[in-house]
This record gives sequence, C-alpha cells and structure tokens, in this order.
Amino acid sequence: MTAKPLVELAKTIRSKNAGVDQITFDIVFRDRESYELVKRSGALTIETVTRLYGVPRERITAFVEFDPALAIKFTIRRERPSGSPGERDVFGAQQYAPLFDLPIPI
Amino acid sequence: MPERMSIISPTGHLGFTPIERGSFEIGLERPLDAIVADSGSCDIGPQPLGADEHCSPEAWQRHDLELMLLAARRLGVPMIVGSASDTGTDRGVHQYAEIIRELARRHRLAPFNLATIFSEVSRDEVARRIRSGVRVAGLDGRPDLTPDDLARTDRLVAVMGVEPIIQALDQGADVVIAGRSGDSCLFAAPAIRAGFPEAAAYYLGKVLECASFAAEPFMGKESIIGTVTAGAVSATAMHPGQRCTVASVASHAMYERASPFFEHVAGGVLDMTHCRYEQTDDRTATVTGFAFRRDPVYRIKLEGAGKVGERAVSIAGIRDPYTIRHIDKVVGWARSKVEERWGPPGARYQLYYHVYGRDGVMGAAEPRRDAPAHELCLVVEAVAPRWEDAEVICALGTRNLFYARLPEVRGTAGTAALMMDEVLRGKPGYEWTVNHVLPLADPLELTTVKLETVGR
Repeated sequence: MTAKPLVELAKTIRSKNAGVDQITFDIVFRDRESYELVKRSGALTIETVTRLYGVPRERITAFVEFDPALAIKFTIRRERPSGSPGERDVFGAQQYAPLFDLPIPI
Repeated sequence: MPERMSIISPTGHLGFTPIERGSFEIGLERPLDAIVADSGSCDIGPQPLGADEHCSPEAWQRHDLELMLLAARRLGVPMIVGSASDTGTDRGVHQYAEIIRELARRHRLAPFNLATIFSEVSRDEVARRIRSGVRVAGLDGRPDLTPDDLARTDRLVAVMGVEPIIQALDQGADVVIAGRSGDSCLFAAPAIRAGFPEAAAYYLGKVLECASFAAEPFMGKESIIGTVTAGAVSATAMHPGQRCTVASVASHAMYERASPFFEHVAGGVLDMTHCRYEQTDDRTATVTGFAFRRDPVYRIKLEGAGKVGERAVSIAGIRDPYTIRHIDKVVGWARSKVEERWGPPGARYQLYYHVYGRDGVMGAAEPRRDAPAHELCLVVEAVAPRWEDAEVICALGTRNLFYARLPEVRGTAGTAALMMDEVLRGKPGYEWTVNHVLPLADPLELTTVKLETVGR
C-alpha cells in the first residue's frame, strides 16, 4: 500500500486561536475526491491528533468533518490562555506544521 | 421590512492595518444601507485589555474611521464601529468618539448624531452578582468565575449583543461607536432593526465580520458586501481579483471557531448545520438554510485580563554542537543558578527559556525536538512583580547560559554567544483571567448609550 503526505492532498492547512483558551486547526481539501479519501482512510482521527501533538484526549474539544467546505477540523484546548507569560504563539498561527507529513494510505 | 439590505465591510479589524481604499470605493458605487466594521479582538493577547491600551497605531485608526465616516455621511447611511480601539473599553469608545468629532470639524460635515455605547464592567459589579448567587459559567472548559479570579483582574468588558446598537439606532444615531461587541452583532443589528429574521441577520454578520477573509484568494483589508433578504444571504467580493465562492464562504464559517455549525452570540446561537451554499454569480456566493435559537436565559460574555508582572527579555545564541546536544543541561544549570538566589519559580517570579531552532514555536508538542538545528537562539523571559527583580533574574538566567558547566565542553571561554549583554524591557505580562458568561435579566443592563450632535 502506498501513502501520500497530507500536505499533497490539502489546499489549506492552518491553525488559529478559537477564543483565548483554544487553538483550532483546519484542513481544507482541493477536491471532494481527496476529502473523501482522507475521511475514509482513518488516518486522521482524534487518536492521530493526540499522538501527533502529545495531548491527552480530553484536551481535544472538537473534531468535525465539514462537508460544505471539504474540510476536517479539530480544536485543542491550550494549557494556558493565549498571551500568558511564557507564550510561544499568541495567535496560535504556527501550530499546524506536524500535520504536513501525516501519511494517508491511497 | 424592506426586500433587501446591503452592508459593506471594509476591514476585519479597523486600525490594525489600514483599509485598502480601492475595493472600498468600488463598493461605494453599489446600493448600500450601512457601513460597518469591528475594531477589536482578543487575538492580540491580554495585555491591551489589561493595561487598557490600544495596539493599533492611532494614525491607522484615524485613517480607517475617516474613510468610513466620509462615505457614510456622503451616502446618508449609518456607520457602525464596534470593539473600539482594539479592546472595546471605555477608553477606546472615548478615543474613537473624539476622532469622529475632530474629523467632522475638519471636513465641516453637516450635523449628525453620534452615539457612544459603553460596555465596560467593574469588578465590584460582577463580584456583587456572584455574592448574590449568580453563576458566572466558564467557557471552553474553564470553571465558574470566583472572587479570586476577579481579584487577579485589572479590567473587564461585556461583549454586547445587538440590543444596545438597535437602541442607539432607534434614538436616531447616524454614527455608532460601540464598546466591546460580538463581531457579527454589529452587522446583524441594523438588519434585525429593519425586520429581517434573526437567523439571516446573524448569518449576514457572520459572513461579513472579517471582510475579505470570506473571499478567495487570500487577501486582507479588502471590502466585501453582504446582502440579506428574508431567507438568504449573499456575499460579493469588491476587489477585482477576489471572488466569494461556495468554498471561501463555507470555509470562513469555521475560521477562528471550534465549530463550523454553531455561532454563539449574546442571547442565542446561530445554527449553520443545514446551510446550503450556491454560486449565484462569478463573484457572489449565496447561503440559505440557517436557523437561530434564542437561549432560555439571556447571557453575555465577559472578557477580563489581569497583570502578572513586569517582563524582561534577553537573547543568546548557541553554536557549539556539543552544547546544543546538551541544551537541556545548559538551561537546567542556568535555572539552578536563579533558584539558588530566588527559590523555585512561582509567585516571586516566572522564568521561561524559548529555544528557537528546537521547539521555540511548539514547545513540548514539537515532534522534531530531538533534531535541533546547527545553531539555537534562546530567548530568556523573566516575569516578576517588580521590574528591578525581573531584570536581575533575566540577567542571571542569561549570563549563566554563558557559564554552563558541561563535562566535555571544549569552548571553555563561554558557552553562549550574546547578541548584546543587555536585558530588554518588554510590556508587562498579563493573562486572560475571565472568559465567562453572565446571565442578565435585561440585555441592556450593562450598557450605556449616549447621543450627541456633531458637525458644523
């Protein structure tokens, strides 16, 4: 079985604050075929996210397949509110990179 | 109810960077019923609210307000700006109102009514309600608000819904400068007042709140126009190079939100689960199928921020591959030297090492933190109640990177490269202490509307 990295199937992979306590991730696909392929593959799930980001299940507050936008979307609760002392990413805008190399069986 | 209402949205955050004039002027050639923009965000971190400062340059705020005001007065349509001056505190409302007065004088505008709406809330007021048994529920997994949380809070705003804005328009306001507001409510208010269904009005607000972010390709600060009818909302891009498409509008529904299906506003929730999207012309997407449900109890969001301490920052580089392999030991050494004099971190101080080149952006979540780059940049951040202490702790925590004791180190004249032997003073550290919802008996009970006549 061959695999493609997620970055080759998606047209947008982004992260951003959703309020002050959460960061939300959007993966938007080029076409319905790629979207359905990833949905069916079982390669991108809540379990994948817990493993990829090293976060416990309870910090993943949403995982949604959003058909109208051909998007898969999940949300992680921050350990501390955005912009607290020690902050690394006030806007939560650079947390998506580990998703790029996620292998999707094709 | 009119058959349709059209609103232009020139920016997703007025003043943050200047509005692009070209697409705004193209939009002004179309039939318009209002010019609306939001000017604040909690994205910018807790410091501006806690310290009650704006983070956008006043020159850009003035630029954007001038463009909108001159257009609104020329067309004779309402102008609505919410979350004034980044924070939506009373300071921001006063500041924007003064800019409007100055612009009216300078351009010798014919008299018009300016409404200012204040939504700052005192800690005492919230504390009193908690004492009287009101539950102030936490959002996004936070526990209920406690008196301790309030004691750590310097400033609080209520995020107003449509009601105070409708009240201002009912009183004859031509220009509304509002404190902290729900972004979508600024656009929904004139539509609800005109008699459009709440669902369509709030969806109009949802699609317009970030201006050109609802269009493609990606561009900021370009205008889009939203048009609402009884059952549909259309969005049209005004920049010649942009289009509102089914994909861009649907995609915007999930931007900065945990759920693409539900948008909570003061008093209810917009349900987008059954939305249908259609491309109605080359640059316009049309949406139907939204619903709105009122909450059984009217609840308003509170945002609050409090100061943690003064903040000192310094920068060090590391190039020695042996030192890089043992970077955790180096940082451990520097921390231990700080702890010798100051004890463990806690209420007296906080100390952070941001290791750029390894995991500076993602911290413990970085999957490649075992493969650091050939050189590292360490940003040392110290926070303490007094600036003098933050400065000394930061210096101690940085200089000891230079003196780190590693058994095999070859470079015995210094284990770090200092860009400068200097501690920089950052803005104080703040944190979001309040992200909660407060039940209200009357949607207007925390806001004050003032009306004045401005112009020659």
